[in-house]
Amino acid sequence: MKKALSWSEALITAVVKACGYSAIVFVILIFFFLLREGVPALAEVKLGELFSTRWYPIENHFGILPLITGSIIITLGAMLVAIPFGIGTAVFLSEIAPRWLREILKPLVELLGGLPSVVLGFLGILVLTPYLRVFLNLPTGLTALAGALLLGGIAVPTTVSIAEDALDSVPQSYREGALALGATKWQTIWRVTLPAARSGVLTALMLGIGRTIGETMAVMMVTGNAPVMAVKLTSIFLPVRTMTATIAAEMGEVANGSTYYHVLFFIGLVLFLISLVVNIIASSVVFKSKTRAERVLS
Amino acid sequence: MKSLRFALLTLLVFLAACGGTSGQTNPQPGSSTYIQNKGSDTIVNLALAWAEKYQAEHLDVSISVTGGGSGKGIAALLNKTVDIANASRQMQAEEIKQAKANGFDPLEFVIARDAIAVIVNPTNPVGRLTMQQISDIYSGKIDNWFQVGGQDRPIVRLSREVNSGTHVYFRDTVIRLGDKKNKTLFAADTLLLPSSEGIISEVRQNPNAIGYDGLGYVPPDLKTVAVAKDAKGPYVLPSIATVNDKSYPVARDLYMYTAGQPAGTVKAYLDWIVSTEAQTIVANLGFVPILK
Repeated sequence: MKKALSWSEALITAVVKACGYSAIVFVILIFFFLLREGVPALAEVKLGELFSTRWYPIENHFGILPLITGSIIITLGAMLVAIPFGIGTAVFLSEIAPRWLREILKPLVELLGGLPSVVLGFLGILVLTPYLRVFLNLPTGLTALAGALLLGGIAVPTTVSIAEDALDSVPQSYREGALALGATKWQTIWRVTLPAARSGVLTALMLGIGRTIGETMAVMMVTGNAPVMAVKLTSIFLPVRTMTATIAAEMGEVANGSTYYHVLFFIGLVLFLISLVVNIIASSVVFKSKTRAERVLS
Repeated sequence: MKSLRFALLTLLVFLAACGGTSGQTNPQPGSSTYIQNKGSDTIVNLALAWAEKYQAEHLDVSISVTGGGSGKGIAALLNKTVDIANASRQMQAEEIKQAKANGFDPLEFVIARDAIAVIVNPTNPVGRLTMQQISDIYSGKIDNWFQVGGQDRPIVRLSREVNSGTHVYFRDTVIRLGDKKNKTLFAADTLLLPSSEGIISEVRQNPNAIGYDGLGYVPPDLKTVAVAKDAKGPYVLPSIATVNDKSYPVARDLYMYTAGQPAGTVKAYLDWIVSTEAQTIVANLGFVPILK
């Protein structure tokens, strides 16, 4: 009996190990594929041209700077929306809302997260952009602001889920201790619970950023896709073009192996590296070793 | 016993995984004629739609359609590797000379027309523009509607994406006014929308917007601009009639070329293409059907 048990144990362990390693293997393979297809762009296009400010690829203007600034300004705008709404909602759900309200709201927020981004983009074109144009007196509603609002809305459910779990896992003794010392409820939340859940909340934000920078369909439909350098503060009220929208719109009709093809993969490589950096920062925060005080208290 | 059940379960899983493949599709019954059709990417969707319709009605004919560009199609015709070459431009003098050297006279058939309509919001008072004005608007030289006789509003330029044939045609014919040496580009803040629907919905609700698209894609509730070649010329609205009589300036013919007089199946196919049935497909795909 014992012999048969260990045989099946070994098999299951091997299968689970393979699944675990395969995740790493896939990411590495994707990275090498992007490298193989994207690095020739560095050889075929001069570095100065590649980082110039004009993107018109069918006549060999391969400047990707407008695309990078477009992605960055939309991500920053989306974070300005997602941080207050995301953390605020998480705090409300975990600290303030009565139990019965929490049971209703939490699934609703998860439902919002399941909405396809294409649907949100469609709503954006039909409802949000005309409203922005009229309300803010802009030439057109297809702007970085529309993209940032939509992406903020898309990032909020992710942020709320994880931040709320992090806040929930703060031991009740922290709150009880603070209240016993005479702190108000808000002081407890702001100065005790939130800092204690700091790593989880930061992870939530980083995941929100990662989701935002990779979002394609919604931005392609509402930002106008104009490759302008989005560096001024007023640029958020102007159309922009993101890296993701560029790849989605242009990859379908590009000749395999041409310079244009390599440049598009190079953009994909830049996107991959940005996501990688964001995730590395996130995990270094999460897996930071606890200080002695934190270990003693928890 | 536990291990026996486990072994049986694993076996079952593997058997299910190796389960039936989907049924093979049967190849078409022996086709007796094969028509090769290659060339312009502008025409390729139209040629495919025609080929599908024709093959459905004539089961003994097999038509292969490829894109690659007008140049590739004509080159293949000169090498006698295709029966019909699709071209969105006319054959040039050197190509005709090459054909004669290869022993045949290329025959040209106009199979449809392509026109671009310039559209504005219905509340926009501007209804007529010259080609030069449209070129200046799109290249960024004109920024406000009052400079072309409208209200004091900023101009929001809408365009198709760079991989669209319509975008390239508009750039060459309107922005560069047909001049091959002209290297003017679209203004950097031109909105490049991924679909016709995006352009139409923005023009419909934004009074500042100007856009363009193939004539077939423009719905009747949008205002089309009458275009003139120059300030003296007549301002012409695009329609099937004005495109066919060549009075609308932003229009071109689409061609199919054969090596000499076509015979048999190829002739029958070309005759069908200019018939009413095939020209309805032209209208459905956003091009302009030819008038008899």
